[in-house]
Amino acid sequence: MTTAAERPDAGTGPDGPGKGSATAPSSSSRQEGADVFGLDQPAREAALLPELADLTERHRDGCPEYDRILTALGVPRPAAASAISDLPWLPVRLFKEHELRSVPAEEVFRVLTSSGTTGAAVSRIHLDRESAAAQTRQLSRTLRAVLGSRRMPMLLVDSAATVRGRTSFSARGAGVLGMANFGRDHVYVLDEDDRPDPAAVAEFLRRHGDAPFLVFGFTFMVWRYLYEIARDHRFDLSNGVLVHSGGWKRLADRAVDNAEFRRRFAEDTGLRRIHNYYGMVEQIGTVFLEGPSGGSLYCPDFADVVVREPGTWREQPVGRPGVIEVVSTLPRSYPGHVLLTEDVGVVHGVDDGDWPGKRFSVTGRLPRAEARGCGDTFSGPRNTGPAGGRR
Amino acid sequence: MTLVERLRGVFVQALDLGQDVEVEKLEYRGVDAWDSVGHMTLVAAVEDEFDVQLDTDQVIDMSSFKVAADMLKNLGVPEH
Repeated sequence: MTTAAERPDAGTGPDGPGKGSATAPSSSSRQEGADVFGLDQPAREAALLPELADLTERHRDGCPEYDRILTALGVPRPAAASAISDLPWLPVRLFKEHELRSVPAEEVFRVLTSSGTTGAAVSRIHLDRESAAAQTRQLSRTLRAVLGSRRMPMLLVDSAATVRGRTSFSARGAGVLGMANFGRDHVYVLDEDDRPDPAAVAEFLRRHGDAPFLVFGFTFMVWRYLYEIARDHRFDLSNGVLVHSGGWKRLADRAVDNAEFRRRFAEDTGLRRIHNYYGMVEQIGTVFLEGPSGGSLYCPDFADVVVREPGTWREQPVGRPGVIEVVSTLPRSYPGHVLLTEDVGVVHGVDDGDWPGKRFSVTGRLPRAEARGCGDTFSGPRNTGPAGGRR
Repeated sequence: MTLVERLRGVFVQALDLGQDVEVEKLEYRGVDAWDSVGHMTLVAAVEDEFDVQLDTDQVIDMSSFKVAADMLKNLGVPEH
């Protein structure tokens, strides 16, 4: 699992109206999402394709390794693409195996690393100042569609110890901290020893519970800690807006999927405004956000997804699962604008949901061997196919 | 006290800055203490001192002492 982690970065100066009036955060209607969830699929294709094609050329100029890979695959310059799905993609694992950046070393402002299981290789993502600022801004713009711009009191489903360990900084801590910018008066649901702290939650709700407040955490922790204590203590979370991420794998043994998660939170705690998101460090700043009615993730206007059939790598029709490719115009300092992930998902519909564009779900991870195969397949000459089951 | 003096005090206290730090030239990540954890502490301290509420973009944009000072002026905090 990788999760977008945000920090304040090179900014451009003050903007915004300043001291907010005591208004509720925007209810996440189609209207209010329109700032960044406004493009229907034809308009999105038209807007993004030239920009993405330019990015491919720019990255080939700036990143010799990337150019070599595309050259080995026989991708001409400029690449012939009449649709986003025609653009050449890079398997996400290449960022674990190669240093891929399109700016000189001296322009690198920050290097982000993915979380990963112990011993596993991590991705290294190189950001220059401009990219670092852009990703932070665009993430903020995306979440504003459901949170508004005013910072709400915030409940973090984690422990203060997670974010305080500055020397042994965890990816989980980075994720929590990045989101902390969106709230104020932060209260942690777990105590210093990672035990749930119902008294802290009760006190938070006493002070802030009768106006909108923000809740953030990783999906399994939100379920394991917040849901269970809220149910057992009959906490009223009906003014909450929950943003969560991280995947369902660790909840599978509890038979909790997205629908069950939403249903139980609504019934047992009153919490109904719930937004899951999907994102990865290799495309930092781009998050695919669950719409207000739940169940589908939507692409911000600067991004798109393509679901591909393993093996043929052709785009799957609506309703057919496959490997998720994520597309975004944000990666400018590294060639991460078109990435084949190791996640499996399905597009549920196009221009037929809460917001325009494709709506989709992530249903799981590719088996290890197949994930490996994506890379092998892509690497061309050494290709042995995705189904070889090799380790 | 001027706005800049008050803000200098907030920075020194929130980030526990030593006397050798040129506070008014400070930028985000310019000292170890001003990392993302320090940033949260700093934002809360600025809001308390000047009785303002920053929105998300202002929190994200507050990338230097100078930006913070300008932001407060724009929010109507008197300079003197």
